[in-house]
Amino acid sequence: MGWIKRVIALTAKDIRVELRTRYAINSLVLFAVVTLVAVGMTIGLQINTPSLHAGFIWIAILFSSLQAQSLSFVKEEEAKTGDLLRLYTDPGVVYIGKLLFSFVLSAFLAVVLIVLYIFLMDLSVPDMGQFIVMILLGTIALASATTIIAAIVSRTAMKGALFAVLSFPLLLPILIVAISGTESILTGVKWTVLFDDIRILIAYPAIVVTLSYMLFEYVWNE
Amino acid sequence: MTKILKFGLLIYFGAVIVFAFIKPPPLTGQTWSDGSRIFYFHVPQAFVAFVAFATSMIYSILYLKRRNPLDDRKAALSVELGLVFCILATLTGAIFARIAWGSYWNWDPRETSILILLLIYAAYFALRQSVTDERRRASFSAVYLILAFVAVPVFGLVLPRVYESLHPSDTIVSGGSIDLRGYVAAIFFSSMACFLAIYYWLFNLGGRVISLEYKRLEELDAG
Repeated sequence: MGWIKRVIALTAKDIRVELRTRYAINSLVLFAVVTLVAVGMTIGLQINTPSLHAGFIWIAILFSSLQAQSLSFVKEEEAKTGDLLRLYTDPGVVYIGKLLFSFVLSAFLAVVLIVLYIFLMDLSVPDMGQFIVMILLGTIALASATTIIAAIVSRTAMKGALFAVLSFPLLLPILIVAISGTESILTGVKWTVLFDDIRILIAYPAIVVTLSYMLFEYVWNE
Repeated sequence: MTKILKFGLLIYFGAVIVFAFIKPPPLTGQTWSDGSRIFYFHVPQAFVAFVAFATSMIYSILYLKRRNPLDDRKAALSVELGLVFCILATLTGAIFARIAWGSYWNWDPRETSILILLLIYAAYFALRQSVTDERRRASFSAVYLILAFVAVPVFGLVLPRVYESLHPSDTIVSGGSIDLRGYVAAIFFSSMACFLAIYYWLFNLGGRVISLEYKRLEELDAG
């Protein structure tokens, strides 16, 4: 099989397993809803400033996306299928395959979250196109920066806590940019204003993914 | 020989500190001008922290190439030293912030950035503690350090430039008010050299301890 075919096969396998077992999706969606309800009970509908909304949206996305990312490799280790993957294909394929699966999973979660958020918080978005681009770019950036950390953490002693501690600093540049971008979208701006934010949201994950791709074999084969 | 160097450093650094306080401050015309003397210490500390983190990344790359456990230990040592200098830079920065901006902590982009750097490298030790297998720990820590070093320039250079900051490098130095010439340059670069020498000294000492420990372990294994 060619390289791209193998990557797609791996991603498709993960999606298929997920759809069959619902290992993550059910609890993740519920987790997202709980986060939103917690946010909603705190602020209700009284406070309606763009900066607060942007902050809350990204906190909710960050937490559910962290939950989602931490599962992708833990699942292989728990089911003892990691060794089979190591035998069958090279680390680069595994990394990109898992990365694509993270994209799909976290983009799905983000869409669920955003629809619920708009519904529950009575959020009015001036330009829906900008909003969706920013949310999806940010989510994908979050997923791409954490995939290799998830691989590291899946093979250490205290998985959950360590994952948040290790990935949070790597995610912060993305989070800062995404929050400020979302804030300016909610106040209503032109596309040209957003280009700086969008550039960072593409460049930073691109660097991290390239490095992760080169380093992944040292994590995976160890 | 090393004894002479040590005493030389003591006298030289002492002189630098004295001159930093008796010469006119590097910045004049502000109510907090005297506070700008911290420039001689804060900037070199931050620079040495950067050097230490860069060194740790280089040793991490070397570890992944050569698989020599000593490289891993040296990377960890350099992170420890870097954290010390980073904490010093944070504290001196906070003192300056108190004098010039009114409070120790303002959540300025610069302050947030350095706090996050501290978090990144503190998390490194959490990672090391939670992996028991030595080879695996060395590999994972090396990968993490290389990844973390991507974040250093982002926090140090990119974000504070994108979001407006009160930090003097953005509001004063680039405006040309600190003139890096004459005695200001002499004190500043001397202080930089002293801090670098201290870092090198500590790193060298630590490295020797690590090598000795390792040799002892090997002897025990052989015996």
